[in-house]
Amino acid sequence: MVSYIIRRLIAAVLMLVVVSIVTFSIFFVIPRLAGVTTIDFASRYVGSKGASAETVAAIADKLGFNDPLVVQYGRWIKGIVLGAEYDTGASVEHCPAPCLGYSFITKTPVWPELLDRLPVTVSLAIGASIIWLIAGVATGVVSALRRGSFFDRAAMGVALAGVSLPIFFTGIICLVFFSYRFGITAPGGSYTAITENPGEWAYDLILPWITLAFLYAASYARLTRAGMLETMGEDYIRTARAKGLPESKVIVKHGLRGALTPILTIFGLDLGLLLGGAVLTESTFSLPGLGKYAVQAIQSNDLPKIMGVVLLVTLFVVLANLIVDLLYAVVDPRVRLG
Amino acid sequence: MSFLELKDLRIHFPTDDGLVRSVDGLSFSLERGRTLGIVGESGSGKSVTSLGILGLHKGGRARISGEIWLDGEELVGASQEHVRRLRGKKMAMIFQDPLSAMHPFYTVGDQIIEAYRIHNDVSKKVARKHAVDMLGRVGIPQPDRRVDSYPHEFSGGMRQRAMIAMALSCDPELLIADEPTTALDVTVQAQILDLMRDLQRDFDAALIIITHDLGVVAELSDDILVMYGGKCVEYGTSEDIFERPEHPYTWGLLGSMPRLDREPTERLLPIKGSPPSLINVPSGCAFHPRCVFEERTGGLAKVEVPELLESEGGHLVRCHLPAERRRAIWQKEVKPNLEAS
Repeated sequence: MVSYIIRRLIAAVLMLVVVSIVTFSIFFVIPRLAGVTTIDFASRYVGSKGASAETVAAIADKLGFNDPLVVQYGRWIKGIVLGAEYDTGASVEHCPAPCLGYSFITKTPVWPELLDRLPVTVSLAIGASIIWLIAGVATGVVSALRRGSFFDRAAMGVALAGVSLPIFFTGIICLVFFSYRFGITAPGGSYTAITENPGEWAYDLILPWITLAFLYAASYARLTRAGMLETMGEDYIRTARAKGLPESKVIVKHGLRGALTPILTIFGLDLGLLLGGAVLTESTFSLPGLGKYAVQAIQSNDLPKIMGVVLLVTLFVVLANLIVDLLYAVVDPRVRLG
Repeated sequence: MSFLELKDLRIHFPTDDGLVRSVDGLSFSLERGRTLGIVGESGSGKSVTSLGILGLHKGGRARISGEIWLDGEELVGASQEHVRRLRGKKMAMIFQDPLSAMHPFYTVGDQIIEAYRIHNDVSKKVARKHAVDMLGRVGIPQPDRRVDSYPHEFSGGMRQRAMIAMALSCDPELLIADEPTTALDVTVQAQILDLMRDLQRDFDAALIIITHDLGVVAELSDDILVMYGGKCVEYGTSEDIFERPEHPYTWGLLGSMPRLDREPTERLLPIKGSPPSLINVPSGCAFHPRCVFEERTGGLAKVEVPELLESEGGHLVRCHLPAERRRAIWQKEVKPNLEAS
């Protein structure tokens, strides 16, 4: 078990290194391969549209865009670990560790801004994931046990709708009816920190939670149903019944436990991705989270911000995968061998 | 009344293709301390019968009729909850493939503890000690350590021992073993059979062994029931079946059994054809399309279902041929052939 954990940890660290190289390449190497000159790139990077060619060339030089790529990569990593100084020409800006970049447009380091948005995204993702896990898995289990029943057909129909309907559609419909017509949920753009007022926090987020959960619950219900249908046909279910176990225990302790592994896998990936920003949900409900931040950064062509968000998302995905791998070993003892 | 008695048990499954008559009018009885071997090819209804006795078809799509009496209680009409309480405690089952029959995510000990605690109101600690005792009793070395192993960490033979320990954990009075040795290699098979024989003596349980392997029943059974197409075709003591078999199907089974006292180079005598469909059961005697002696019934076998009739001393046979002719055929035609081949 210990050796398994160590192996997974080493793999996760290697993954982070690979991810950092890929992210760096996307932003710094590919444009160069596509023929973008360092001067053009510098002009984009700092967002200086009106500046003269000489000024931009000087900036490119100061930011080290003319250095070899390996050196640039090293400097970038060093910034993340130790912090960095950015010479904007007018002044030297300090970007404390972990420096995921410095926005020359808003003249702010990226990391503190990400940190500001993170609670919103985390609140949204965690709340929604709890709802969709419970609703999706429960629906899937009942559907599987009553295969072919009215409930099964109805639930799978709704699930198909849930998988197919985009969030900006369901979100807006929900907002129009529940918030604006009936006034039972908070209007778009409301957010209260949980530290301020937990009740208000939940009230503001309940509609985004449900809308987002609906989308995911649908696919979880289908996945759980398929998994349960498979495990309930296994020999060990017959054994559990032959022991005289009550049916509820047979279903939950023996059936669901067996069906849970694939759900766990998907859950880790979904949650990891969502933590990096539920772009559509946050935009639809105007929530000031990472997803909204990313959209704004893209709209204003703010490369350092975009890069910061991308790096954070990949970090979450890698971490979520690591946690899933470790949970795997807890759920399925056979995994510990391999 | 016997300890276990089945009366005209029928288990049918409606499917899109038609009604599957897996068990079609099966009757037998069994006393405590006795062993009954149920023999037949795949699809003859052996396993469906055993699951039916345990009540595991209840609540499903199966149509069950007839009577199952266990220690004076009727089970076919009993509530699901009532039968569930008997399962594991009064009657237990050992399954064919212990790797798939044990849950891969729980330790062997947990699974035995679970079985024990359903029916006994004891602490986890007491149940664990009982599990260790049971594992020791079925011959697993270092049971106090192995109790925390997972099924995949056991060898095939050890797994089957653990499975037996689990089935015996509540001291059942009826034990059904469904192909208990099929998934094991031959040396381990013998050990498991010995173990089952010893344990049955210790526990004084009624034992049903379901198998397609006549060698296994020869080893253990007092009585043998031969099933074909969901029906009993021959029933008798072990001696009846091996020394004086009267049904052509039983002859076929004996002929297909590899034996050490024969020359290994010589061919077995298989039964031609394949087991009958349980949806469109052949008319008359279900075995007639494969029966070598079918024409000697003068066409009767094709049209009329033979009755299960007593031949002599409790030996029952379902065949249109008269008893004397069957005995003559066995003595003059079949037996010399089996011995010569």
